Amino acid sequence: MPDVRTIAVVVNGIPYRRDVETRTTLADFLRHELRLTGTHVGCEHGVCGACTVLVGGRSARACLMLAVQCDGEEIATVESLATEGRLNPLQQAFQDCHGLQCGFCTPGVLMTLTEFLREHPDPSEADVREALTGNLCRCTGYQGIVDAALAAAKRVREGA
Amino acid sequence: MKPAPFTYHDPRSVSEALDLLAALDNARVLAGGQSLMPMMNFRYAMPDHVIDLNRIAALSYLRCDDEALRCGAMTRQRDIELSAEVKGRVPILHEALAHVGHRQTRNRGTIGGSLCHLDPSAELVNVTALLDGTLHIASRREVRNVSIGEFAVAYMTTCLEPDEMLAAVTLPLPPRSDGYAFVEFARRRGDFAIVACSVLLGLESNGAITRPRIAISGLGHAPARAHAIERALEGEQPAASAFKAAAAVAAQLDAMEDAYVSAAYRRHLARVLTYRALEQAARRATEAAHA
Repeated sequence: MPDVRTIAVVVNGIPYRRDVETRTTLADFLRHELRLTGTHVGCEHGVCGACTVLVGGRSARACLMLAVQCDGEEIATVESLATEGRLNPLQQAFQDCHGLQCGFCTPGVLMTLTEFLREHPDPSEADVREALTGNLCRCTGYQGIVDAALAAAKRVREGA
Repeated sequence: MKPAPFTYHDPRSVSEALDLLAALDNARVLAGGQSLMPMMNFRYAMPDHVIDLNRIAALSYLRCDDEALRCGAMTRQRDIELSAEVKGRVPILHEALAHVGHRQTRNRGTIGGSLCHLDPSAELVNVTALLDGTLHIASRREVRNVSIGEFAVAYMTTCLEPDEMLAAVTLPLPPRSDGYAFVEFARRRGDFAIVACSVLLGLESNGAITRPRIAISGLGHAPARAHAIERALEGEQPAASAFKAAAAVAAQLDAMEDAYVSAAYRRHLARVLTYRALEQAARRATEAAHA
């Protein structure tokens, strides 16, 4: 008999209450149960970073957490970034600087950088590259991603 | 569904967790999930019971006094990395943590989880060996304290019995004036290292090396102190010739071999990294002496 629990989570500011099988990963819960398919699932063993979300404000691999562990937590996914159809400064910088090609890794990259830029509003290029080590991108060679992160930081600092 | 079915338990106290461990068959303790979760997703690990320690607040703490740093097993790697006390008092641990996975995995990963997973090149295992750390093991039967040498019984295998769990680790503090270095080689930043090397050493008033310590990972099933190198360095002047001689000893150590990395290459890395770590630690000790 499946092991099921009822959990209450707040995702992107919206409270949800759901019954989940305890072996469901957070990534699958977000995608299949809440239909928030912005969180991508790549390697499913914590290497690629595509599923990165913020749990209690901290970046984490959604494939390496169980949904049941998030009971009572606040979660932010890539869907939280744009407001009223307008890209936020980080997303806009990705578009402007060619920070993505196929876009598969982008949600995880954006969430990693959301946490990183909050802590480091004026990062060096080396800092950005270090922050990105946990997110694999197979298209861009990272140059556009690094440019976008630096551009976004600058725009936010200048109040754009 | 990735993991095979299991029954989930989320005890709120150590005592409750130990009761579960004593009562349940084929149970696994879930710490930060950065190793066990991939293994369950792949179904390498198929426990019938998962005992999640994340709701036990009493297992997450950092306590530092004049002699030692004590870390609760569930203390997140990121919290140790960000601790000003750790950075100031155990800088070797701070430096090693920068090599542990990535920001996202350190946010979840715990010191206890890393020690229990016991990857041969895990940085936290190396630093625990370097500092002669004591692992505190709890069960319904007894509390016992072991060294890394006793804890690591074989490749990725600890001495933990099925009803036991790691509760904390105590790391004796090195003298403040000791120079330190943690260096490693991995194919990509954040990957498990192929070989890693950590060093602590002091300098006498005449400039000679004293109480040198060196721990090397990636050669055997667990990191180990290289006592032969330590003996060779004691009393030597911190010069390139002494580091070179020590590195030559590192190149003679026994090394394991797998499909990807030969023993000869591991020994080569041990030689290069030993030299680099000694040079950096000696430089820092010199700076500390002149500060």
